[in-house]
Amino acid sequence: MGKLIVSLSPHAHGTDSVERNMYGVIIALLPALLASFWFFGLGSAVVCLTSVVACVLFEWAINRFIFGNRQNTVLDGSAALTGLLLGMNLPSNLPLWIIVIGALFAIGVGKMTFGGLGQNIFNPALVGRCVLLVAFPAQMTTWPKAGNLLVYPVSSDPVDGLTGATPLSLMKQAITSDEPQKYLDQLPSTLDLLLGNHVNAAGALGAGTIGEVCALALIIGLCFMLWRKIITWHTPVSIIGTVFVVSGLMYLIDPAHYASPVQVILSGGLMLGAIFMATDYVTSPMTHKGQLIYGVCIGLLTIVIRNWGAYPEGMSFAILIMNAFTPLINNYVKPKRFGEVPAKQ
Amino acid sequence: MDFILTAVIVLGGIGLIAAIVLFVCSKKFAVYEDPRIGQVNELLPGANCGGCGFAGCGGMADALVKGADSGSIDGLNCPVGGSEVMGQVADLLGMAIANSDPMVAVVRCNGSCTLRPKVNEYSGLRTCAAMNACGAGETACGFGCLGCGDCVEACEFDAIHINPESGLPEVDEDKCTACGACSKTCPRHIIELRKKGPKNRRVFVSCVNKDKGAVAMKACKAACIGCGKCAKECKFEAITVEGNVAYIDFNKCRLCKKCVEACPTGAIHAVNFPASKPAAPTEPTEPTKAKEETA
Amino acid sequence: MNIRTFRIGGIHPEENKLTHEVATQVAPLPKQAIFPLSQHIGAPAKPVVQKGDKVKVGTLLAEAGGFVSAPIYSSVSGTVLKIDTAVDATGYRKPVIIINVEGDEWEETIDRSDKLETVGAHPELTPEEIVNRIKTAGVVGMGGACFPTFIKLCPPPTAKAECVIINAVECEPYITADYRLMMEHADEILVGLELLMKGAKVTRGYIGIETNKPAAIDLLTKKCAEVFSASEYTVEVVPLKQRYPQGGEKQLVDAVIRRQVPAPPAIPVNVGAIVQNVGTAFAVYEAVMKHKPLFERYTTVTGKRLEKPGNFLVRMGTPMQDLINLCGGMPEGDNKVLAGGPMMGKALTSIEVPICKGTNSVTILSDDDAVRQVPQSCIRCGKCVDVCPMGLEPYLLAKLSSFKQWERAEKEDVVSCIECGSCQFTCPAHRPLLDNIRQGKSTVMGIIRSRAAAAAPKK
Repeated sequence: MGKLIVSLSPHAHGTDSVERNMYGVIIALLPALLASFWFFGLGSAVVCLTSVVACVLFEWAINRFIFGNRQNTVLDGSAALTGLLLGMNLPSNLPLWIIVIGALFAIGVGKMTFGGLGQNIFNPALVGRCVLLVAFPAQMTTWPKAGNLLVYPVSSDPVDGLTGATPLSLMKQAITSDEPQKYLDQLPSTLDLLLGNHVNAAGALGAGTIGEVCALALIIGLCFMLWRKIITWHTPVSIIGTVFVVSGLMYLIDPAHYASPVQVILSGGLMLGAIFMATDYVTSPMTHKGQLIYGVCIGLLTIVIRNWGAYPEGMSFAILIMNAFTPLINNYVKPKRFGEVPAKQ
Repeated sequence: MDFILTAVIVLGGIGLIAAIVLFVCSKKFAVYEDPRIGQVNELLPGANCGGCGFAGCGGMADALVKGADSGSIDGLNCPVGGSEVMGQVADLLGMAIANSDPMVAVVRCNGSCTLRPKVNEYSGLRTCAAMNACGAGETACGFGCLGCGDCVEACEFDAIHINPESGLPEVDEDKCTACGACSKTCPRHIIELRKKGPKNRRVFVSCVNKDKGAVAMKACKAACIGCGKCAKECKFEAITVEGNVAYIDFNKCRLCKKCVEACPTGAIHAVNFPASKPAAPTEPTEPTKAKEETA
Repeated sequence: MNIRTFRIGGIHPEENKLTHEVATQVAPLPKQAIFPLSQHIGAPAKPVVQKGDKVKVGTLLAEAGGFVSAPIYSSVSGTVLKIDTAVDATGYRKPVIIINVEGDEWEETIDRSDKLETVGAHPELTPEEIVNRIKTAGVVGMGGACFPTFIKLCPPPTAKAECVIINAVECEPYITADYRLMMEHADEILVGLELLMKGAKVTRGYIGIETNKPAAIDLLTKKCAEVFSASEYTVEVVPLKQRYPQGGEKQLVDAVIRRQVPAPPAIPVNVGAIVQNVGTAFAVYEAVMKHKPLFERYTTVTGKRLEKPGNFLVRMGTPMQDLINLCGGMPEGDNKVLAGGPMMGKALTSIEVPICKGTNSVTILSDDDAVRQVPQSCIRCGKCVDVCPMGLEPYLLAKLSSFKQWERAEKEDVVSCIECGSCQFTCPAHRPLLDNIRQGKSTVMGIIRSRAAAAAPKK
């Protein structure tokens, strides 16, 4: 008989693992990715692939040469997920070299400088995206013309590029304009927003990053993640709920200047952010109560930035700001301890 | 020109007001500290290791000054600075100190991988504390070193390291300051602070196994079996055998090494002696092997 | 029907109840029986026999070593070989009494008949007499914790007992000993429950059973109706949701009577409940009605690679090796042998360890099940917080303990941890959470004790 193995209890383990969760999120993103192929064609495939490959390569290289091979998390799916999420946040006609810079900032600055997996304060994909937004504002807000599915439309080619009005920029202009109806009338219908059809509309509202256009695909992804218990409902529902309620209030007060709350929650990066970016494990609070507070604050910040800030889309910045508050929330919001409930027969 | 003048006056005024406020605060809220505390603190090594029993050198300085005021600084010793530093501090405070012998950490286990075979495989968090809670460890000796290196983690002077061949920790005499951190961390109380000895020579029983002799030998070939031969040999009554294990009192030991020769298992170690005999105590010697065969 | 359960946390490990329908066999007598002197919480027992003494089944071997202690009786007849040390389930050598087995002669005082004795037929049994017989027989908690039963029946003056809850939950995977006991000795268990209620001077009783044992729920519900409908006692069989750690004392009290026991030093009787394992109830019946001290128990021997896993009625002191051989011998390859189930069981360093009062199962895990997986860094998913049944934050307690921040760990209620292992079971990064938390808990409890001792006025 060989040696007996000894260890401390527990001696059993569930089937969960880091890989299962990370690859599970990637699978949840597949409907949105497929929708993006439908709408943006080859461009979205090239952007996403470049982003994933760049992120995985940078993580491998930093771990090997700077960390001295301390952690081998390259294959656990987290770098690939960051890459995919970064790609989903970019327009499909972004030049390759900009994508690579974004990946470097996302993985290098957003994740590895803090110590690697589990140590970062800010969502790496959002760090990458916001750096690109601030450094390359023109390329990041230039959308491809609709219909060019089999071509990778690099935005530096002026013939193929188009700085178009997104639904969000229309809503923003409507708030401060004297003729708000002119803008609000141009908004796509709710069904179009849900399915993303506005991308292919002839009026060249081919506007939106790869992942954000088809809200329905994102919601399918959310259902998948809830079913597999990868995330819980608290963060996405609190974000979307807050935005819905507040924008609903504003719509009730002044329907002329403000878009309807359904249109608001289906436009821009709200769905993508609420479902995939804000729910990132590392940067969101650990308790459900904390996640609700986190979600409500993100919702409020998003509306503030969208309506009164300089940028049409406030989701990324709102999430990054609340990421900074997560440790504070973790410190003060504790789960209900057993035994705190008063006795009742 | 006007605006430059205005800017200079405004900023200069703010600076002046801030300086006055800070000066007033520093006077009004000043805490009086005995200047001797600062002076003593300068003399102390500044490692904040806790070897003196206080959290940091500041705490020790405080205690020394208080002790000086109350008449004696006996019982206060900085193991890192040693008698040199304590002498300087005593001079500064105008006190006398008792001479204390330098101490060193001693690992009292010789159950290396060759002498103490593994009977189980441990799977899990590799710290001595965890393995100790799990059972006897990977060997049959429930008192011996677990080899996971909690002592190495605890040492702030880089003075103790696990030898990868033997699996046991080894103390670097020159770096060890006898602060006691490793001794406190070891869950089996194997590491003891003992006198460094004249010319750094010392004799100790390298085993803490309290099982009966036969059981202890089955677990480890270099175990102390509590036979008592060493105690009989010792003319200075320095050795006591209690709970099937021998212990040498370092205050009474005269380093004559008669016990080392008497020990049938080679459990007693003599460190830093000139190699007059080939009997190096880390492996069982020829005579001992013969004894085992006839037993 | 709303199935009751505890309100915070919990997990659902694979059941693996391989021996659910395997009828109990009587294990053969060993050649040598080993009796550790410490088979219970509290002071070890003190031997009253010496080398060479002849003993029978039921002879007192060691008397209680203090108030919180229990006596140990021989489960075999033969000669005392020696009083020595041997490795027990803790992994360390502890004092034991070793007996060479000769024949199977029982003490005459023990009633070996099968007749069911009821409380009604013995009006001379006062609560004090019941508690005394339980104490003398050395009955301890048979669910694994081994707390002396008679102490639980005498709550401290600050607490008042209102009910007795029988823990027939058996939430750990693999173990089926309690289930087989219920199916085969339901009548005796109900008499035992009545004795416990009488001893504790209460009139309410509950029996908590998980829904994965529907036959037991039906059987006991029927029998309870027959036995208790016309009596002064109200006994309810409560089906409980299948969840781990449903069988944890505090969780069981929360599920059955919806009261949560506050943080330590509070115990279940502070909210009015006395919890006893179903095996303990059976042992109480045998001790009080049959004058049979505690020396044998139901034990499951199981494992995925065992040829014939089974349930056994085994005399305490039998080396586990004997039982494993009955089941077909140790499987080839890497193995981990546990005393108990996979969630809270103790890994044994040798299979010569004897069956003791608290050994409800011998579980053999093989190959991949036997080794821990390589831990990765914490991904801050929060799943450990979700599953902790005590509402703690395991990731934080583990981190504080590993960095030796005892004060903060105390503030974060590390002493409330019941060491169920749900956090480590769930962690996707396979981090050794409970290993660290256990360290923190024991250190902090030591700090609290020394603080209390220093503050206590010198007598």
